Amino acid sequence: MGKAKMSGAKALVRTLESQGVEVIFGYPGGATLPIYDELAKSSIRHVLTRHEQGAAHMADGYSRATGKTGVCMATSGPGATNLVTGLANAYMDSSPLVAITGQVPRPMIGNDAFQEVDITGITIPITKHNYLLQKASEIPHSLQEAFYLASTGRKGPVLLDIPKDVQLEIFSPHQAKYPALEGYRPTVAGHPGQIKRAVTLLKSAQKPLIIAGGGVSLASARDLLVRLAEKADIPVVYTLMGKASFPNSHSLCFGLMGYHGRIEANHAISNADVILAVGTRFGDRSTGPLATFATQAKIIHTDIDPAEISKNVPSYIPIVGDAGQVLEQLVELVPEQKHDQWMLELRETAERHPLKGKSSGVIIPNILRILKSLVQDPIIVTDVGRHQIFTAHYFPVDSSHSFVTSGGLGTMGFGVPAAIGAKVGRPDRPVIDIAGDGSFMMTCQEVAAAVAEDIPIVVLVMNDYCLGMIKQLQDASYGRRYEACKFGRNVDFARLAESMGAAGFKVTREDEIAPAIEKSLAAGRTAVVDCVLDDPGNVYPMVTGSSLLEYVE
Amino acid sequence: MRHTISILCDDTPGVMTRVSGLFSRRGFNIESLSVGHTELPGKSRFTIVTTGDDAVLEQVRKQLQKLVHVIKAWDIKQNEAVEREHALLKIEVEDKRRAELLQIVTAVQARIVDSSASIWILEVTGDTGSVDNAFNLFKDYHILESIRTGKIALERGPSRVMKK
Ligand SMILES: Cc1ncc(C[n+]2csc(CCOP(=O)(O)OP(=O)(O)O)c2C)c(N)n1
Repeated sequence: MGKAKMSGAKALVRTLESQGVEVIFGYPGGATLPIYDELAKSSIRHVLTRHEQGAAHMADGYSRATGKTGVCMATSGPGATNLVTGLANAYMDSSPLVAITGQVPRPMIGNDAFQEVDITGITIPITKHNYLLQKASEIPHSLQEAFYLASTGRKGPVLLDIPKDVQLEIFSPHQAKYPALEGYRPTVAGHPGQIKRAVTLLKSAQKPLIIAGGGVSLASARDLLVRLAEKADIPVVYTLMGKASFPNSHSLCFGLMGYHGRIEANHAISNADVILAVGTRFGDRSTGPLATFATQAKIIHTDIDPAEISKNVPSYIPIVGDAGQVLEQLVELVPEQKHDQWMLELRETAERHPLKGKSSGVIIPNILRILKSLVQDPIIVTDVGRHQIFTAHYFPVDSSHSFVTSGGLGTMGFGVPAAIGAKVGRPDRPVIDIAGDGSFMMTCQEVAAAVAEDIPIVVLVMNDYCLGMIKQLQDASYGRRYEACKFGRNVDFARLAESMGAAGFKVTREDEIAPAIEKSLAAGRTAVVDCVLDDPGNVYPMVTGSSLLEYVE
Repeated sequence: MRHTISILCDDTPGVMTRVSGLFSRRGFNIESLSVGHTELPGKSRFTIVTTGDDAVLEQVRKQLQKLVHVIKAWDIKQNEAVEREHALLKIEVEDKRRAELLQIVTAVQARIVDSSASIWILEVTGDTGSVDNAFNLFKDYHILESIRTGKIALERGPSRVMKK
């Protein structure tokens, strides 16, 4: 940065440029206009969303599809509070995000000024860190620090709240010395002693198992995990967040574990003698009831976040570190092995429990099967509900950063904006959002943003005219009393899409599925396919008892 | 189980909210919290006394350690530390009980730091037990107001903080 004086807003944009930011997803307001005025002179692209929640999810989707840090921006007050769901979503799934909010001018803070809200106070529990900036001269350093914090250690969202008068304040940038962050030193390399102990334990295992969590993807360590699994001949199961952490079609892959997991995956968990869990926090959807979880196994748990070790599941050998580094250390030391007997046991279990989804009709499993035959390697985005779990089971994902879903928070409405963000980051790849009709309605206005910004995504709405997952729960536990589950009036999603300038298609017959998908992919603009399901069946397997082995298929 | 947590952190605005928020979210009641500057410029040190399940508290400690401005958070073992608390009591002094009150003041090593016609302010220092004890003894007199700082604690022997 030169010696010339500049405004806080200009320094902000300069710093964003120097951080390599290509795109900001945002929505303006009075308290961010100085930044927009500078952004107009910058090469950074701004994607104008239709709601700030959309901006946060887009930045999140961008990050998940690229591995880079996503940036979103909102004005003070309601703009900032509209980011909250998106920040919580990113926090739960450890997505690196930098959020910038405008704030009322410093002299007005604390006076209940127009559009004032204490966004740093509100977001303490849902950000990795946040800042309320007091001086323009703090901007360059704080912003750099924000990017550093968001993208290192356990990744996550960081928020900077910048009062409008700080944006306007003129200052002369200088290379000041700032104290290092003494309290922030993430451990990245696995402790050599622990690595050795883990290797010895893995060597002795008769029935070893790897759990692939989202941390593997966040560390871009998928290929190392493949090498380890192949070298030591260890079967792999994944959490929902870990679906893209191991090639789903690999012969060592035994599918999704947990509450909606595959029988063979949950069988593997319950019978393994040694489990290597990589980059997972053992969330309750993945473990099912903790008292009966993996009772036969000694667990080697590796995670970048020391607070995850033994939080939910006791670990026999904890290894704190970056998944990439730890896997590299393990691959080197683990001997080549064979576990034929164990593999046979799991394959036989898998054969006895195939997925039950039919390959005919306008039903989600069949739509996904047809989709896979038409486009092999897309980035698949989902919303939240039955369709999300169906997608986890029926759409194999074989490359990294190719499955984008709201795991920890389970945020309906994540799909459309996350898909837009993913497409901005990876314009070279088809991006397909599998949505539910309920979820779609939460953020469908972002279709207008995608059209206006020329970001062509494909949205397949799995339309069961109801909140399917709610119905499933009411089936299971509320005597089929479908309260607040059906929408009173149905929406024509194809026409809704067309009204926003997107291509719209409606599918009611099986032979319409493939043509609608093909036309959508070729549309050259965003397309929405309203798939009117003829049998909106519940999604199984589902754990119903006090262990992963008590289930309905 | 009662625990004494010590936290060394940067002295920045908001750090108190971040720290106390982690306790309240997990349903921990903070029995006492005291914070002040240290010999290190720009650093503060908290002593927090709380009761709760050991495993959950260990989780809170790890979450504290994750706060960007926290340099170190650790559990202080009572038998390895010197603990002090400080209290001020404002007591109404009846003439006929002045002598016995003075005896108690001497016995608990309190100090009279302010006195007017019939009102004294007493200062008591000691570990939590002795401050409790002093309060017990003064209970029979008319306490107009009182205040306690909450515990501070320092481990014996070489510094635990700086070798991290
Ligand atoms: C923002 C938000 N509100 C409520 C819920 C609770 N919820 C979970 S799944 C679900 C139904 C989802 O319906 P839909 O999007 O149509 O998908 P389907 O289950 O029918 O596939 C609801 C209401 C949620 N996850 N997120």
